[in-house]
Amino acid sequence: MGRFHRHADGTVHNHDEHGHDGHHHTRPRNRSGRDVGDHSGYETGTERIMVLEQILGENDRTAAANRTDLARRGIRTVNLMSSPGAGKTTLLTRTIPALAEEYRIGIVEGDIATSLDADQLSDLGAQVALVNTDAGFGGECHLDATMVRAGLGRLDLDALDLIIIENVGNLVCPAEFDVGQDARAMVYAITEGEEKPLKYPAMFRAVDVVVVNKIDLLPHLRFDLHAFRSSLDAVNPGVAVIEVCAETGAGLDLWLDWLRSVANASPGT
Amino acid sequence: MHELSLCGAIMETVAGHADGRPVRSVNLTIGHFRQVVPDTLQFCWQARTAGTDFEGCELHVDHVPATVSCRQCGATTTLAHPILRCGSCQSIDVVLKSGEEFVIESFDLATGSTDPETAGTFEENP
Repeated sequence: MGRFHRHADGTVHNHDEHGHDGHHHTRPRNRSGRDVGDHSGYETGTERIMVLEQILGENDRTAAANRTDLARRGIRTVNLMSSPGAGKTTLLTRTIPALAEEYRIGIVEGDIATSLDADQLSDLGAQVALVNTDAGFGGECHLDATMVRAGLGRLDLDALDLIIIENVGNLVCPAEFDVGQDARAMVYAITEGEEKPLKYPAMFRAVDVVVVNKIDLLPHLRFDLHAFRSSLDAVNPGVAVIEVCAETGAGLDLWLDWLRSVANASPGT
Repeated sequence: MHELSLCGAIMETVAGHADGRPVRSVNLTIGHFRQVVPDTLQFCWQARTAGTDFEGCELHVDHVPATVSCRQCGATTTLAHPILRCGSCQSIDVVLKSGEEFVIESFDLATGSTDPETAGTFEENP
């Protein structure tokens, strides 16, 4: 699908192929609000209505509402993302007890189906709201701002200081959706291979910190930590990196400090 | 498969502007840095619009290449890979200029027939 071609003025276009012949542009770059143009292939006239709205505009408006509502209550929020099995839930099972005396923690737990993760976290001293995303076509692969808003509605927000949104395990889609968080974190397991930042640049670019998990497996894997850091630097120069083993708790202090820095910042920053 | 969600969002936004009028096509601009698979988007558009007022409506996508401008040498170059680096001097001191677009630009309404056979003539008027 799509043919890229360069024009005399140096711009490059890609036309989708749905039978338009010749080279006329069906979407002229004028902003006049009306287009009479060349519609020679059509039997009827057309009227062009300019929209100029972000595709995710509605999501972004809901995300902004979430952000405002949470800031008003002095709650700080982290959107935690990763591929499936990287260790988000295990990291949280370590994190919640470690911070429970400092902060009242809420978890919005996104999963396509089952309450397995939510059950695991609910005994640890955090309020947990489960958001199953399987209402759509076979399950949404991400949390959007509306789903998170529904999850927030099931938490007693007046009794919370810090909310961690555990997104659906997926390296692609969650990166595209603002849910109203103050900071974005991702868990990356070294079993995933060092080239992942280059293959999933949107995710690795979107985050404020990368928690490199399963670091205890380093002696057993052909994994080049330096190559991984180079890949990461190429897509998100200067991003914070914290190496941990969530299973044993090794390296957790730096992650907890990062969370504290988010939790202690002024609301709305 | 967040393309399904995107299609739902596109339909919702356009329906709000179209006010019940039939929409022939929707025109999007999507930057190269957006993780949208063109074929998947079209497939999801067919699936999502089937049985709705949007059935048969075409989705036109204008893809925008990812370009960076370099703060060191001043060049503007197009990225072949998602690595933020000047294509001219290889500096990483660059600013992303395009490639993150994700916009519903416009849509086209079908505004009735202009076929002279049915449009009527002066002579036919009483």
